[in-house]
Amino acid sequence: MAVEIKMPALSPTMEEGTLAKWLVKEGDVVKSGDIMAEIETDKATMEFEAVDEGTIGKILVAEGTDNVKVGTVIATLFAEGEDASTPVAASAPRAVAPTAAEVTKAEETGTGEGGTKVPEPLKTNADAPVSAEIPEGTELVKLTLREALRDAMAEEMRADPRVFVMGEEVAQYQGAYKVTQGLLDEFGDKRVIDTPITEYGFAGIGTGAAMGGLRPIVEFMTFNFAMQAIDHIINSAAKTNYMSGGQMRCPVVFRGPNGAASRVGAQHSQNYGPWYASVPGLIVIAPYDAADAKGLLKAAIRTEDPVVFLENELLYGRTFEVPKLDDYVLPIGKARIMREGKDVTIVSYSIGVGLALEAAETLAGEGIDAEVVDLRTLRPLDTATVLKSLKKTNRVVVVEEGWPTCSIASEISAVCMEQGFDDLDAPVLRVTNEDVPMPYAANLEKLMLVSADKIVAAVKSVLYR
Amino acid sequence: MAKAPAAVKAQPPVPNRERPDEPQLYEASTEELLEFYKQMLMIRRFEEKAGQLYGLGFIGGFCHLYIGQEAVAVGLQSALDGEKDSVITGYRDHGHMLAYGIDPKVIMAELTGRGAGISRGKGGSMHMFSTEKKFYGGHGIVGAQVSLGTGLAFAHKYNEDGGVAVAYFGDGAANQGQVYESFNMAELWKLPIIYVIENNQYAMGTSVNRSSAEDQLYKRGESFRIPGIQVDGMDVLACRGAAEEALAWVRAGKGPIILEMKTYRYRGHSMSDPAKYRSRDEVQAVRDKSDPIDHVKKLLDAQGVKEDALKAIEQEIRKIVNEAADFAEQTPEPDASELYTDVLVETY
Repeated sequence: MAVEIKMPALSPTMEEGTLAKWLVKEGDVVKSGDIMAEIETDKATMEFEAVDEGTIGKILVAEGTDNVKVGTVIATLFAEGEDASTPVAASAPRAVAPTAAEVTKAEETGTGEGGTKVPEPLKTNADAPVSAEIPEGTELVKLTLREALRDAMAEEMRADPRVFVMGEEVAQYQGAYKVTQGLLDEFGDKRVIDTPITEYGFAGIGTGAAMGGLRPIVEFMTFNFAMQAIDHIINSAAKTNYMSGGQMRCPVVFRGPNGAASRVGAQHSQNYGPWYASVPGLIVIAPYDAADAKGLLKAAIRTEDPVVFLENELLYGRTFEVPKLDDYVLPIGKARIMREGKDVTIVSYSIGVGLALEAAETLAGEGIDAEVVDLRTLRPLDTATVLKSLKKTNRVVVVEEGWPTCSIASEISAVCMEQGFDDLDAPVLRVTNEDVPMPYAANLEKLMLVSADKIVAAVKSVLYR
Repeated sequence: MAKAPAAVKAQPPVPNRERPDEPQLYEASTEELLEFYKQMLMIRRFEEKAGQLYGLGFIGGFCHLYIGQEAVAVGLQSALDGEKDSVITGYRDHGHMLAYGIDPKVIMAELTGRGAGISRGKGGSMHMFSTEKKFYGGHGIVGAQVSLGTGLAFAHKYNEDGGVAVAYFGDGAANQGQVYESFNMAELWKLPIIYVIENNQYAMGTSVNRSSAEDQLYKRGESFRIPGIQVDGMDVLACRGAAEEALAWVRAGKGPIILEMKTYRYRGHSMSDPAKYRSRDEVQAVRDKSDPIDHVKKLLDAQGVKEDALKAIEQEIRKIVNEAADFAEQTPEPDASELYTDVLVETY
């Protein structure tokens, strides 16, 4: 039986990609391990190997085709003695061999093979005020979050020769997640510096360089690896200004992806927002969309204080509208009303904002008008915006892609209780991940993570519905 | 039948790369020797006074005295260019600051936790800084200053300002992992830094032999191709001579270098350390035979400096130290409003 060769997924989050090049042609004989094609995404390029032996039958997707969905049949393969008249059977190329769990999940959620369901960005309520920082009539351009972050760094590097980027794979490899793509070409290896795999060491070097008058951007491949370096972030960077009586500054930015990615297990899936937000002397920023990522990263690079800038891998490839302005800088420490509402306030940050907006949309269908607040900065926390919203809606649900214990959600709950007690008509509820390490199995991972459904249920609970 | 290969004659080891020259004892003029003597005596008397004030309850927490190690800071600092070069050290930092010419009053006032202290009373003994003098602390986490100092060296190279960073750390810190992470990057990027290991032979209560598989610490850079020199840290002229050699190496763009200064601390690790891990005889023997200040005194005597001149210096220093102590006892604690200042630089 002939075999269908399908577009592989290079990563659990990949949904589509470019079929860059065919390395075989119709009629070629291939054996297991032969490279058949090159597949590209905005993150990476990968060679696609044959699993089965046989003869290439028909090439169904020409090379150079963009946006080929994962799972699309791109060619057929005939075993010895077969030809075009042979009936076709689905094959699972090595790169995408689905586990039983994935198949089950795909059936349940209808997301298709190899694709992980990522909440889609939702349009904010049309009535919601546009962020006050953007002049009326400003053109909006579509950018992925990773492009917005790169643009922020490039703009600041052009403006200030003291700014440089260091980290693992930031230069020649163009960034493990392609956030620093193109920076080496423009700024050279003096200012875009590949480090060895040595987080404690290069975090200390970056911090010391900031003490010595430079403006380092230290990229961690993920914040999970910054655990090796947390001593310098807290003991060296955060405390020096205070310990020196205001003499010695440390304007360093530590940035990288934070929180759960997808199917990477317990050691690579953790939200450090609450950890860093508990430390006086640090600024902690966790943006949701591309415009905020750009405006806040530029602010982070400029400030005299040390900043922990928490990005989210699942959002890197997502496209948002970003104002086209020469110098789009946002204020640190100011939350944003993402969607206005009167019945309940949903407070969140980072990827949780997308889930909150999704839940708000569902709730709107049931006649519940939810207000969504994006904290944007975790330290200092904009408690005034939260309390003002609470005063209006009298009910608060806090959404956090992270553990519940000692969380930002706990902190917001405490603030609402201490400073907004008389405005509360129901207890503040926390909707967070489950209080366990991240499991690998797809079904357990889904159970562990915060979701729009869980938010909807919590909102109904505080509304006593 | 194949012949057995001819026996290979053992070759003498050839260095596989350039090495620094053996440092020479510095040839100091009488004037320079007198200056070394003054600075070392200042550190000794200052630290003795700090010990007394600790005993009287004026100084709290941890207080790590530099007594016995004076030649290291004085000899090395004297070779640096105060305009360009930067220095960073650990928590045993009083001596380095004094050797850099920082006012003893603001150091002592920091030890007593007063608002007039160099860190406005918020840093304490272990956390003092003077960006004006390019002294970057004063760090309380063992070994942190090695990575941070490598960052200072990175900034010198980035700015092309010709400066060299000097990172001081102890034999204890020499076993921290980040030291080797820093060595690797410093050599990889040819950063201008001198790593100074002040080997006073005890990491708190653990002797070098009990903690270090390779106890010849100057060799610790070998696997990173960083050369090292072992130096008599009780002889200020040897310290200065080694600093000259190290500076020449680093300023020539050859990358980092390690100086292992063999020295000795007379007091406990900190004021709360009864030093039961070594005998009183051991300490006394070093004091009698190798005291760095006595050594300079003998050199001065040989150069014809009279006892009276040294006595006058002694009196002058005691006066400065007493004034610093009086100031540190009498100047007020920080205002309560200072609790919330300097957490962040900017307002958000």
